[in-house]
Amino acid sequence: MATPTMDKLEALEADSTSSHLIAVTFRIRRFNPEVSDEVQWQDFRIDIDPKERVLDALHKIKWDLDGTLTFRRSCAHGICGSDAMRINGRNRLACKTLIKDLISVDKNGTVTKPVTVEPIKGLTVLKDLIVDMDPFFQAYRDVMPFLVTSGNEPTRERLQSAEDRERFDDTTKCILCAACTSSCPVFWNDGQYFGPAAIVNAHRFIFDSRDEAGEQRLEILNDKDGVWRCRTTFNCTDACPRGIEVTKAIQEVKRALITRRF
Amino acid sequence: MSTDTTSSAISPVEGESLYDADFPAPVIEPPRKRTAKTPKTTRGNFEMAAWLFMRLSGIVLVVLVLGHLLIQLVLDGGVSKIGFAFVAGRWASPFWQVWDLAMLWLAMLHGGNGLRTIINDYAERTNTRLWLKGLLYTATVFTILLGSLVIFTFDPNIR
Repeated sequence: MATPTMDKLEALEADSTSSHLIAVTFRIRRFNPEVSDEVQWQDFRIDIDPKERVLDALHKIKWDLDGTLTFRRSCAHGICGSDAMRINGRNRLACKTLIKDLISVDKNGTVTKPVTVEPIKGLTVLKDLIVDMDPFFQAYRDVMPFLVTSGNEPTRERLQSAEDRERFDDTTKCILCAACTSSCPVFWNDGQYFGPAAIVNAHRFIFDSRDEAGEQRLEILNDKDGVWRCRTTFNCTDACPRGIEVTKAIQEVKRALITRRF
Repeated sequence: MSTDTTSSAISPVEGESLYDADFPAPVIEPPRKRTAKTPKTTRGNFEMAAWLFMRLSGIVLVVLVLGHLLIQLVLDGGVSKIGFAFVAGRWASPFWQVWDLAMLWLAMLHGGNGLRTIINDYAERTNTRLWLKGLLYTATVFTILLGSLVIFTFDPNIR
C-alpha cells in the first residue's frame, strides 16, 4: 500500500521538477542613456512555468539574472495600469498576459520563438521599459476628468438611475495604462492628438447625468487635435486590457458633437 | 459582466505572433510632445465640418463617379466612342454640365481634404507642413478653377 503511494509521489516530484517548467527566451529591448544612446535587444533564457505571467518572468530576470532591468509595476494584478508594454508586437499588460498564450511549442516540447518585450510606442523611452508618461497625462488633464457641478452640494449622495449609470459604464473601467494611446497610429505620428485614453475619460463624464460640464468637454474635443483626428483603425479597442470599446466611445463623442449642433 | 469583457480581451492572444525576434515590430519614434501649452486651442467647427463633408461627399461621389465611369467606358460602345463630338454633345445639356461640375468640385475637395489630414498626421516639422499644405491648396484651387472655366465656357464650335 505504501509503495505505490511513494511511487506516485516520486513521479509527481519528477514531474514538477522536469516537465512543467519550460525554457523560454525573452528578448527585451534595453536602453540605458547613461551607458549608450543606442538601444539593443538582450536575450534572457529562463525556465518558467508557462501558466505564469510575463511579469513573473520579468521579476525572475530582474531578481535572479540582471538587476539593472528596469520596468514599472505596482499592483501586479491588472488594476494599477503601470506595466503596459509591447509584448510580441502588441500592447498588453505584462501582469495579465500568460506565457502559454505567447509561445508555440514544437514536437520535442521546445519553444520555437522568443518572446519580445518592448516599451510602449509613441512616448519617449527613459530607460529599458519605462517611458515618459507626461504627454499622456497632460492630454488626460486637458479634458477635465473630474465631476463639475453648480449650486449647493447635496447633503447626501447624488442619485442616479441605473440606466443613467449604464450609459457610461464601459468607460469607467479605464485604468490609464496608455496601452490604447500608444497603439494609436495618429498618436505615433503626432503627439498633439488627445489620444484614445483622454477621450475615453472625457466620455465617462460627458455622458454622466450628474455632470454639468459636458458641453465644455465637447468643445475641448471639437478642437483641431480632438476626436476628428481619429481614423477609426480600432487599434485602441484591440489593445485595451480592460476590454473597453474605445473606438465606440470616440464615435459616441463624435455623434454627440454633431447632434449637438444640428 | 465586467469579468466577461476583460477575459474576452485577453483570450484571443495569438499563438503565432505577427512579429518575432528575427522580424521585430517596427520601431516607432516618439512624436512631438503634448505639453500644457501645446497644442493651442482654436475655437470653431472647421474640423467637424471637414469630417462630415468627407462622409457626405463620399456617398454622393460613389453615385457620380460610378455613373460617370459606366457611361464613359462601358455603355454604348465603351471608350471608343469618346471624342470631341461626344463631349460637345453631352455638355450641350445642363444636366451633364451640373453632373460634371459637381463631380469636379466634390472629388477635388474630398481628395484635397483627405491629403490635408494625411499631411497633418505625418508631417512633423511646422515648415514641412506649411509648404506641403500650401502646395496642396494651390493645386486644388487651380484644378477646380480651370475645370469650372472649361465647363462654363465650353464652345462646341471652337476652331
